[in-house]
Amino acid sequence: MRYLPLNDADRQAMLDAIGVASVDELYADIPAKGRVEGLLDLPRRASEIEVERKLTRMAGRNVAASAVPFFVGAGAYKHHVPATVDHLIQRSEFLTSYTPYQPEISQGTLQYLFEFQTQVALLTGMEVANASMYDGSTGCAEAVLMAERVTKRNRSVLSGGLHPQYRAVVETLGRFGGSDIVSLPAALNGVEDIAAQIDDQTACVVVQTPNVFGEIVDLAPIAEAAHARGALLVAVVTEIVSLGALKSPGQMGADIVVAEGQSIGVGLNFGGPYLGLFATREKFLRQMPGRLCGETVDAQGRRGFVLTLSTREQHIRREKATSNICTNSGLCSLAFTIHLSLLGETGFRNLARLNHHNACLLADALATVPGVKVLNSRFFNEFTIETPKPGAEVIEALAERGVLGGVPASRLLPGDAAFANRIIVAATEVNSDEDRAAYVAALKEVLA
Amino acid sequence: MMNREGRPTAPTSTALDAGDAVRTTTGNRGLDIVEPLLFEVGGLEKCGVDLDLPEAPLNRLGDMERTGEIGLPGLSEPEAMRHYVRLSRRNYAIDMGVYPLGSCTMKHNPRLNERMARLPGFGDVHPLQPESTVQGALELIDTLAHWLKVMTGMPAVAMSPKAGAHGELCGMMAIRAALEARGDKRSVVLVPESAHGTNPATATYLGYKVRSIPARADGTVDIEEVRRNLGPDVAAIMLTNPNTCGLFERDIVEIAEAVHAAGAFFYCDGANFNAIVGRARPGDLGVDAMHINLHKTFSTPHGGGGPGAGPVVLSAALAPFAPLSFVIHDEKGFRLVENESDPAAGQAFGRLTAFHGQMGMFVRALSYMLSHGADGLRQASEDAVLNANYVRVGLEDLMNLPFGKRPSMHEVLFDDSFLKGTGVTTLDFAKAMIDEGFHPMTVYFPLVVHGAMLIEPTESESRGSLDQFVSALRNLVQAAKDGDTARFTGAPYYTPVGRLDETRAARQPVLRWRP
Repeated sequence: MRYLPLNDADRQAMLDAIGVASVDELYADIPAKGRVEGLLDLPRRASEIEVERKLTRMAGRNVAASAVPFFVGAGAYKHHVPATVDHLIQRSEFLTSYTPYQPEISQGTLQYLFEFQTQVALLTGMEVANASMYDGSTGCAEAVLMAERVTKRNRSVLSGGLHPQYRAVVETLGRFGGSDIVSLPAALNGVEDIAAQIDDQTACVVVQTPNVFGEIVDLAPIAEAAHARGALLVAVVTEIVSLGALKSPGQMGADIVVAEGQSIGVGLNFGGPYLGLFATREKFLRQMPGRLCGETVDAQGRRGFVLTLSTREQHIRREKATSNICTNSGLCSLAFTIHLSLLGETGFRNLARLNHHNACLLADALATVPGVKVLNSRFFNEFTIETPKPGAEVIEALAERGVLGGVPASRLLPGDAAFANRIIVAATEVNSDEDRAAYVAALKEVLA
Repeated sequence: MMNREGRPTAPTSTALDAGDAVRTTTGNRGLDIVEPLLFEVGGLEKCGVDLDLPEAPLNRLGDMERTGEIGLPGLSEPEAMRHYVRLSRRNYAIDMGVYPLGSCTMKHNPRLNERMARLPGFGDVHPLQPESTVQGALELIDTLAHWLKVMTGMPAVAMSPKAGAHGELCGMMAIRAALEARGDKRSVVLVPESAHGTNPATATYLGYKVRSIPARADGTVDIEEVRRNLGPDVAAIMLTNPNTCGLFERDIVEIAEAVHAAGAFFYCDGANFNAIVGRARPGDLGVDAMHINLHKTFSTPHGGGGPGAGPVVLSAALAPFAPLSFVIHDEKGFRLVENESDPAAGQAFGRLTAFHGQMGMFVRALSYMLSHGADGLRQASEDAVLNANYVRVGLEDLMNLPFGKRPSMHEVLFDDSFLKGTGVTTLDFAKAMIDEGFHPMTVYFPLVVHGAMLIEPTESESRGSLDQFVSALRNLVQAAKDGDTARFTGAPYYTPVGRLDETRAARQPVLRWRP
């Protein structure tokens, strides 16, 4: 077996040194009832060639985003990731290291985490950010719990524009954790009056912008209404590229910002691993979940970085921890930091402009298809269309024609008749004129 | 005229002895290069990505458009490459040497797995694409689930949890959902003292009171204490097996029976499953739920602290409560159950994350499993145990085994009593190991012994590498006993920075760069 350095002679010599006749003696504590005699009913070892063949064939039964005109979004986006990113994150020193609990031999990880935290704080317009969460949806649930700790209240109101799967995660954690979660009905154009839902027991309101239908939401009046009742505003951003063009949640008064960072550096990965970004105001720092990296010095005064404020965390506080989280999304945060460093201010803002530009072109083009209506008033790189046919059927028919045209809203909101004929459509920098033309042509055919 | 004086080919006698004797003008020390922060080397105008922006891009953002700068520094591609390569060189890594972190399982990360995860059919597919375009991805999840079920002897597995602690949450939620479904309100979870901190944190999050179960003198859970604490108020026990002392809980079957007789569930923390894969199946031992850290047992890279993956195997009693999304197979092929309204959703307790789990980790783990096969997986477990015991016998005469000289599983636990009177602490000892070129073992965990040192060599170490490791530790123990204290208390000496002031970091938190 190519991954095992010991050979039988080593094993025998080691058994002799240990003073046992066979490895079975080392397993003597396992009760007879639980022992496996012989081999499990699974295939035997396989060469690299065989494994590669098997998995490559399996992968071949999927349609890769880069192989077709691709417009699928709703919480995960197809963006170009520079080759440099993938090379750097595969450096052994980054890939095969553990959580930086020994800072003297982990300054590489710790310094990029410090850079990452700064980038996230700048993007979101907040004062501090943590070293990442599992993903945007779990970060969203953690934000609600944090708001409850900060306000010592347990009622939270979720906007109808929040991604339905994020909502489900918050509702699930809320139900088990004893929170009172109020979810407003799905609404595309911000017609809901979320301010009216805020009362003196409300810990937070959770509002996504752009929302799951692509609509840009002005958070400022919601922040004002929340703060007037002593509640916090949790802002959710599932498309982090939007912050290259839109006002930041911090500028609009958010108290906690959670975002999905997948768009920068991480890739699609069929939904995971992704990257949860989490930022807040300095005054709430000690209620923040997740790991934090901080700057300090050694005895000689040299700058260095350490994990800090770990008295909030489970390995120290055990049952009194702010969260049970142990892992963050380390390597994805590295990919994010490298990609964002390559972009810089100029590249990131141009990327956002290009996304918005392509979405405008696409919306205009789709609106020319008979029967198709673009429903949004203001969008960034994603919008919702209504067609004369059920969205799921349209998407399936488009896929048969080699176009992945978006997410039928009914997939996220089954049973909601208002959304049955709607499709959430995303455009990014990877879409070409040909892609858009192919979409329009296929959609005309499908709706004809 | 040619200069006929050649370059010197031997060191001169005037060279200084100690590596640190020369204070360089840059602060760099040869290959060890000090790298400033991105914010100190980058610039707002610098960019390492070329984008084809039209001359007059459309803009319909109105008053929602961002004004003012964000403040993000950029780098050209060569500058970015250099910045992050230099940072990388300030990390220790499995690929550099022994990384014996107990309970963390720092085994070799095969690069085939990386290549497989990057196949466009896995890495470049969207979680909400039509199911007809992702049949291979769903098949991969289903295949991995099959392997996990066979290895654990359990009938079901929830694939979506994002990491071990998330898996714990999943398993404990399934337990609570099952109790609620039978109208049974219970308020207590039993957790042994030696447990990972995530266990009590998870139980508390779900509203349970944690009752701590003391260990016996031999380091295992006292079944009499378990029996004494069981009652109609107990929802579950959370037990790690093999436990964090590196010992197999030999009374596990009786514990499971007692727990079930009391109407409670048995949650097993599977962090140490790597010791027993192919040798024992938790399903046969009476386990109801167990998370599997794919980043430990199945070699997906730790990546400096994630991402991980924590699928949870479930017993028949808990299977109906598994969270959304999950994959099923019917006459039309594979499909996802994503919503409660789906008739196949059963009594799903809800959703733990958007989308369907850590696909990138699934591909890597399956690649690892296919490579090993049933025979290789068993061999890997045995080698891990063999290596740990080899280290144990190499050190047990000099360091102290708190629970006596008995075989361990895949990791061996020492306490710090051998350092008594030397003026050297466990932390000092760990830092001196860094100077010797090793990553320290896990220190101060588990909490059940004083100054714990938990060594897990994994199956990835050769005998020669273990001999070197043991020899280095023996020399260090001797040095401590000989009074060579400064070697420890000032360590590490040969790292880019020395011991850092963690108190200052916590008291005056500087968590971001500011101009």
